[in-house]
Amino acid sequence: MNDRPPIVIGAGPAGSRAAATLVAAGYSPIVLDEAPASGGQIYRRAPSGFTRSYRALYGFDAAKARRLHAAFDGIKGSIDYRPGTLVWDLKHGALHCLSNGRSQEISYRDVILAPGARDRIIPFPGWTLPGIYTLGGAQIALKYQGCAIGTRIVFMGTGPLLYLVAYQYAKAGGAIAAVLDTTPFAAKRRAVPGLLRGGSTFAKGLWYVAALRARGIIVANGIRPVAAEEKDAAVSVLAYRSAAGVERRLACDAIAFGFGLSSETQLADLAEIPFTFDPIQQQFLPEHDISGRTPVRGVYLAGDGSGIAGADAAELAGERAALALLEDHGHEVGKPRVAALERALRQIAEFRVTLEAAFPFPVDIAEEMPDDTILCRCEAVTAGEFRSSAHALEADEINRAKAFSRCGMGRCQGRVCGPAAAAVLAAALNLPPERVGRLRGQPPVKPIPMAVVTVHP
Amino acid sequence: MEAPQFRRLAESDRPRIRLSIDGRSCEALAGDTLLTALLTNGRRLRSSEFGDEPRAGFCLMGACQDCWVTLEDGTRLRACTTFVAEGMRIVTASAVNDER
Repeated sequence: MNDRPPIVIGAGPAGSRAAATLVAAGYSPIVLDEAPASGGQIYRRAPSGFTRSYRALYGFDAAKARRLHAAFDGIKGSIDYRPGTLVWDLKHGALHCLSNGRSQEISYRDVILAPGARDRIIPFPGWTLPGIYTLGGAQIALKYQGCAIGTRIVFMGTGPLLYLVAYQYAKAGGAIAAVLDTTPFAAKRRAVPGLLRGGSTFAKGLWYVAALRARGIIVANGIRPVAAEEKDAAVSVLAYRSAAGVERRLACDAIAFGFGLSSETQLADLAEIPFTFDPIQQQFLPEHDISGRTPVRGVYLAGDGSGIAGADAAELAGERAALALLEDHGHEVGKPRVAALERALRQIAEFRVTLEAAFPFPVDIAEEMPDDTILCRCEAVTAGEFRSSAHALEADEINRAKAFSRCGMGRCQGRVCGPAAAAVLAAALNLPPERVGRLRGQPPVKPIPMAVVTVHP
Repeated sequence: MEAPQFRRLAESDRPRIRLSIDGRSCEALAGDTLLTALLTNGRRLRSSEFGDEPRAGFCLMGACQDCWVTLEDGTRLRACTTFVAEGMRIVTASAVNDER
């Protein structure tokens, strides 16, 4: 293995632990990460010159953030660490990466993919207006830049991030117009027994909601977005329907929204790992077992990029995948440690089922999206254009529908619109979501300058 | 000037940086992303190529590609993952749309 060091892609919780495990076994992995510093999104570090404490930045998770950063900083001298590096293609033992405006090909034998996740969103009328961001984006503005996304903010959607980000804003002195949860109260109440088994996650959630209410902030359940309205070409109002069916309008100059997370799977796709539909997470995921091994030899998966399980699971999975890689090269690895990691990962996976029930993906918002709503923000394709091309051209699969409509063909490659577009298509054709398929990953997985691509004859 | 989109809540004790936005001289802080620099001075980054409507970014984590901005010399940069630098000259109006 030493002629071609193992490669770790991503330096969040999964990638950091994978790299540290390889170093502990005597290897010097190459770690490629798009961010300027390790930590991933959840433990993203502030730029140099920023002074807030770990406690201020990461709250309850300050100790975990500090441990993960320290673990990575401790191995920096033993790895080939390349921050600010985008892996834009990967196939058959060769990957292409871009850093400082230069592209390079690296040949590999073993690679651990730990690319993480992004917000899962569903478009609603007006969502492309200035002032409207994802929940993750709103959190980055605060954590990474010390900024609020507006002066009167609505937080809307579902999932643990909704209350966490709203709470972080309230604590930092941001002005919140309301927290609007699409999940009906009854669904959350039904999930309580399961949530209680999930350790501190539930307690933290209750704490955030109580802290928001104590500040007099409106928290509403079971809502549906109607439209964002504009004044002077930026958001000024969020209209929504209450659980009782009453339409309300909230003045605001910013909206943060999201409906859980979606895995980054483009590189796993390019590596030719087969995908299957996960009915619990309602997304197609690259196949892998609990050790992180995939049907493609030498390619391992860890963290939220292989299915959403959160940061704690990502750390465990990163270590487990690295141990799998070592086992596959004939190393003795500690059996009790492997068993403990797998046991913990299984427990988190069971808890995930409860979490998904407590924060269900409100697929009806996509199914009932008005025809004039922009579905694909890159190419400005409306839901109506997408539906009519699917009907008229008999596109019963999402890649055909993309080719006909350009929905998902823009710069983001369907990262933003993909999950909602699949739901729109499935509803339009009256098919189950797994039947319409998934948008295929294409190199380059993100935009790169033409000038850096070396043309091979 | 219109009210800016972003509001600083913390970390504002950093060195000042000068930049130009559509020819207007503006101030930002060292360590700001280009997105932060633009949105603490206004409410837009660019125009959509498919209409005149303004855009101001979305995911802030380099996934959505909504925040690519143009410098006066034609260089294109993803605003959420690029730090602002002294003397940068950014154009948020779309040349294509303005020629219509």
